[in-house]
Amino acid sequence: MNKLKLFKIYMQGNTVYFLLSWLSIILQVAFAAVLPLLTAFYLDYVIEGLPLDEIKRGREFAVWLHGIFIIHGRYLILPIIAVLTAIQGLFLFLRGKMAAVACENSSRNLRNRLYEHILHQPYEFQANTQTGDLIQRCTSDVETVQGFMNSHAVEAISISVQVIVVLFIMLSINPLYTLLSTMLIPVILLLTIRFFLSMMKIFLAADEAEGEMSTALQENLSGVRVVKAFAAQQLEITKFTDKNAHYRDRVMDILRLMAGFWSSSDFLCMLQFAVVILAGAWGALNGYITIGTLIAFSSYAGMLIWPVRGLGQMMGFMGQAFVALGRIKEIFDYPIENANDGIDELTIKGEIIFEDVSFGYEADNPVIDNISLTIPAGKTTAVLGATGSGKSTLVHLLLRLYDYQSGSIKLDGVDLKTISRRLLRQRIGLVLQEPYLFSRDLADNIRLGKAGAADNEVMEAARMASVHESIRRFERGYKTIVGERGVTLSGGQRQRIAIARTLLRKPSILIFDDSLSAVDSSTDAAIRLALKKCRGNITTLLISHRITTLAEADQILVMDRGRIVQSGRHEELIKEDGIYQKIWRIQSSSDSVSEVGDQK
Amino acid sequence: MIVEEQEFSKKIDFAIWKRLLNFAGTYRNLMLWLIVQMVFIGVFDAIVPLFSKYAVDNIVLVNKPQRLIWLGIAAVLLIALQAVNVRFMILRAGKIESSLPYDIRQAAFDHLQQLSLAYYDVTPVGWIMARLTSDCRRLAQTMSWNIVDLFWSVSMMIITAAFMLFLDWRLALMVLVTVPLLVWISIIFQQRILRNYRQVRKYNSHITAGFNEGITGARTIKTLTVEDEMAQGFAATTETMRGFSVRAATTAALYTPLVLMLGALASGLVLWRGGIRAGQNSSLGISYGTLAAFVAYAVQFFEPVRQFARVFTELNYAQASAERVFSLIDTPAIVTDSEESIARYGKTSDEEGKEKWPTFAGEIEFRDVSFSYDNNQRVLENFNLKIKAGETVALVGETGGGKTTIANLACRFYEPVSGSILVDGVDYRSLPVMWMYRQLGYVLQEPHLFSGSIRENIAYGRQEVTDDDVERAAKIAGAHDFISRLEHGYKSEVGERGNRLSAGQKQLVSFARAVLSNPALFVLDEATSSVDTQTEHQIQQALSRVLEGRTSIVIAHRLSTIRHADRILVIENGKIIEEGSHNDLLRQRGFYWRLYTNQIVQSHMTS
Repeated sequence: MNKLKLFKIYMQGNTVYFLLSWLSIILQVAFAAVLPLLTAFYLDYVIEGLPLDEIKRGREFAVWLHGIFIIHGRYLILPIIAVLTAIQGLFLFLRGKMAAVACENSSRNLRNRLYEHILHQPYEFQANTQTGDLIQRCTSDVETVQGFMNSHAVEAISISVQVIVVLFIMLSINPLYTLLSTMLIPVILLLTIRFFLSMMKIFLAADEAEGEMSTALQENLSGVRVVKAFAAQQLEITKFTDKNAHYRDRVMDILRLMAGFWSSSDFLCMLQFAVVILAGAWGALNGYITIGTLIAFSSYAGMLIWPVRGLGQMMGFMGQAFVALGRIKEIFDYPIENANDGIDELTIKGEIIFEDVSFGYEADNPVIDNISLTIPAGKTTAVLGATGSGKSTLVHLLLRLYDYQSGSIKLDGVDLKTISRRLLRQRIGLVLQEPYLFSRDLADNIRLGKAGAADNEVMEAARMASVHESIRRFERGYKTIVGERGVTLSGGQRQRIAIARTLLRKPSILIFDDSLSAVDSSTDAAIRLALKKCRGNITTLLISHRITTLAEADQILVMDRGRIVQSGRHEELIKEDGIYQKIWRIQSSSDSVSEVGDQK
Repeated sequence: MIVEEQEFSKKIDFAIWKRLLNFAGTYRNLMLWLIVQMVFIGVFDAIVPLFSKYAVDNIVLVNKPQRLIWLGIAAVLLIALQAVNVRFMILRAGKIESSLPYDIRQAAFDHLQQLSLAYYDVTPVGWIMARLTSDCRRLAQTMSWNIVDLFWSVSMMIITAAFMLFLDWRLALMVLVTVPLLVWISIIFQQRILRNYRQVRKYNSHITAGFNEGITGARTIKTLTVEDEMAQGFAATTETMRGFSVRAATTAALYTPLVLMLGALASGLVLWRGGIRAGQNSSLGISYGTLAAFVAYAVQFFEPVRQFARVFTELNYAQASAERVFSLIDTPAIVTDSEESIARYGKTSDEEGKEKWPTFAGEIEFRDVSFSYDNNQRVLENFNLKIKAGETVALVGETGGGKTTIANLACRFYEPVSGSILVDGVDYRSLPVMWMYRQLGYVLQEPHLFSGSIRENIAYGRQEVTDDDVERAAKIAGAHDFISRLEHGYKSEVGERGNRLSAGQKQLVSFARAVLSNPALFVLDEATSSVDTQTEHQIQQALSRVLEGRTSIVIAHRLSTIRHADRILVIENGKIIEEGSHNDLLRQRGFYWRLYTNQIVQSHMTS
């Protein structure tokens, strides 16, 4: 079966533990199955004193065992049972322990592999996947597989071994009685399998209903300001009541089905028991079997009936585990990006030349359309353009987050595609517009820019990014934890932390992708000034909507629909008919009017 | 800072249980029935070994085959009865399991809608979610299945003990002597197992958080090339989790063999002592069937004890859950209708009171208002401000100066700690809360959209509006252009929290939403900070039309947005430091003038 190969993904590297746990199962079940046999022998031959020559199989052993009881006395049954149980217990423990070690190792490895695989995905991966779905695959799907391998698979194997061993023993004692004692078991098994198949659907419906309920709740809670400001409480209550009731009804569906299943299967199971006792009693009355056999069979029936009822459940879990493994495998099917290929040693001065570069996310829709430009080393180049004009994509090409499709980009004369992605990303510092902060403290967030940076280096970078003072004002300063369990930072603070993080690594080229939009313009200016002071003239690329920011650049590029439509210095561009002049007018004209002559 | 939540409380608090039982009052009859049923089921399970004893002693050994039929009939009848009993037991427990959390959630949700924003400021959403999902679920399980298991195990233990003592007290004591040990071991192990399990769950949530970071922070990780460091950190978490899991599994794997051993000792003892006495004709003699029944009982005792120990342990956790849920329901709603308001206008939920609601002219006056979020640091102190009906007032100043607080107080999202706020000359605390909210149009810097279509979001809270109304509002807000460019236009889904739209687009939609609600009081808090220059220009023009004749409060960093306000207030440390029209303030050459030159004039200088 091809599907079974999927389990190899999971078991990789821990096969020995899995085999050991399975071996323990077999031994444990064997010892467990011997006990009723011993009790029956003790009752029939030691206590009742039936003649031993009725025994057909293993008579010599029986005679020996009987002899021991006669010589030493009946108390021997206590140590014998104790020892057998202890051995059984040992294997029971081993099976649990081995299975746990095997599964926990496997799950840890699988989780780590998934994590690394995701980290090494190309940039567009994030745009194309749904976070919630991906996280579900990495967490609950892994748990489903783990749960199955850890307990259900172990259970299923144990049940199967038990059924085989017990059936063998029963058949060797009395075939007809065995038949009577197991006749309802196939019916029970079928009922169980059918039940769990329909159960899976209902479980799914309930899960979905629960998801909807908690989404509704979450939305209401996080949008509470809007709810209040629009006086929509009553509306929200109605909406939530719907979902809440829907979920309640789905849970009740499950329980209705369960009530039907458990009562009918209980009925069948107990009926089978009654048959064992009644048929046994009849057999004993007519001398076909001994009373010991009757007692042993009622134990054995218990070892068959209840586990078989559980077996159907295992089939259901196995189905789920297959589905989960399939979903996990899909993640591994995404190819990863090779970050290390190419030149990995290069002193970067920072001159960048684009020649006829084109790029598009889809084939016939270029986002960068035949662009040629030069970003001189040590100078500041600013880019202005509307949303979707291709500014960010331009930057992405530089870090090889995407590779351009035609033309050429040269960094200090070296073709960009021959330089390793890792080197580029290490030496070019890019500050994103919506930077992500990790849920650790602020110092560690900044330190992500340079592993092992000293505290004073971190603070120095924070000072340059004009965020040191804000951090100091927090109760716990640099030890403030960011994220869900910690402080919520404003957009401007987040951006400045990200800037500090990037500055800490002292990159050769610095790129701000509209990453000063959330700080006010005086802070913006202060940051740029501090930068100039400390780093001298490094190649800087600035994307911004702010004319005041753009105005100071050595070169301004205006982008529109993937092309560069204007370029030059501020003084030149404001005299030129075009987008730049228009935006400059909007940002300043109304105020200049009011300054010149009072309108009111 | 939120500390890790306490998982269970040590002491049993009867008041909480009493309250929980009261809360579950509607299910009292169901619960009583459940208990009765569980006692019967327990009795039946305890009887089962007696069947074989009867078959051996009273049929086989005395050779009375005709009794077999009676035994058969009795067995089938009892089994059928048991099956029916089980069926209704599950249905009853299921009713409680599904409906009780429904009730709790409903009550809590209603209450949450009344709580003031002050509550939401300090309470993370995840905290509330945990109470209404996992805590609710645990309570429901306690009140249904744990009750089922508790009464089943207790009745089964008692009946089994009684049967054994009745059959033969000497052998019974041999089995029963192991029971205290069994209970002790079980409780210790169940506690360990549960505690380990909680640890594992905790680390599991760390792993989920790790994946979440790895995926949502992917771009940042990539641009910083810290993949290896992140992977190392993650591997450390998974390794810790592995350690706890293996420890938990080891404890659990140890438990069953130990209990099996105890059962084996008891049945070995019975077989030995009973075996000597079996078939003797003295007063000490016991029947063959009795011996067999005892062997079965010795093993059978283990399951109810295990269940009992488990339920016993879980009650601790259930109590903690109850405490948490009740603490949520008990949180007082600070901003709520005063008695005076209820006396005059009735409860807000009653529709008839609305007819008596006053009309809103729009004058808002702060009189000696002091306010603090945490009873500690005063954000406002003896603050006075009068906003005339129809006036547009702009607030500028540094972050943290109190601008948003003033807006929030005016909207009655918070109420003053001292002093009063008068609306049309009346203290708004004597008016219904909902009346105030009905007047509002509120646009935030970080707007919240609900998942659903753009149309649904613009029409939020208003069911009666037409498509034309929606479109008109969108046009005024400058949102129409981008919406009509989307593939599905107004029917486009915005995604969870509006994730499919850019920050600027979200602001435009939320602006349209406020326009559509046609409010008497308009509040714009940094509402257009993320839209591009040209769009902002459009909005500004629309704004002057929209705000015409309405009382409005505008907060903005971009001074161009507020230039046309009737009055501009510069707020610093909770005080008005400058006040007047744009031109007045420029003439004063103070804070506003500096801010203004910083932002605007710079571009003139360079040109």
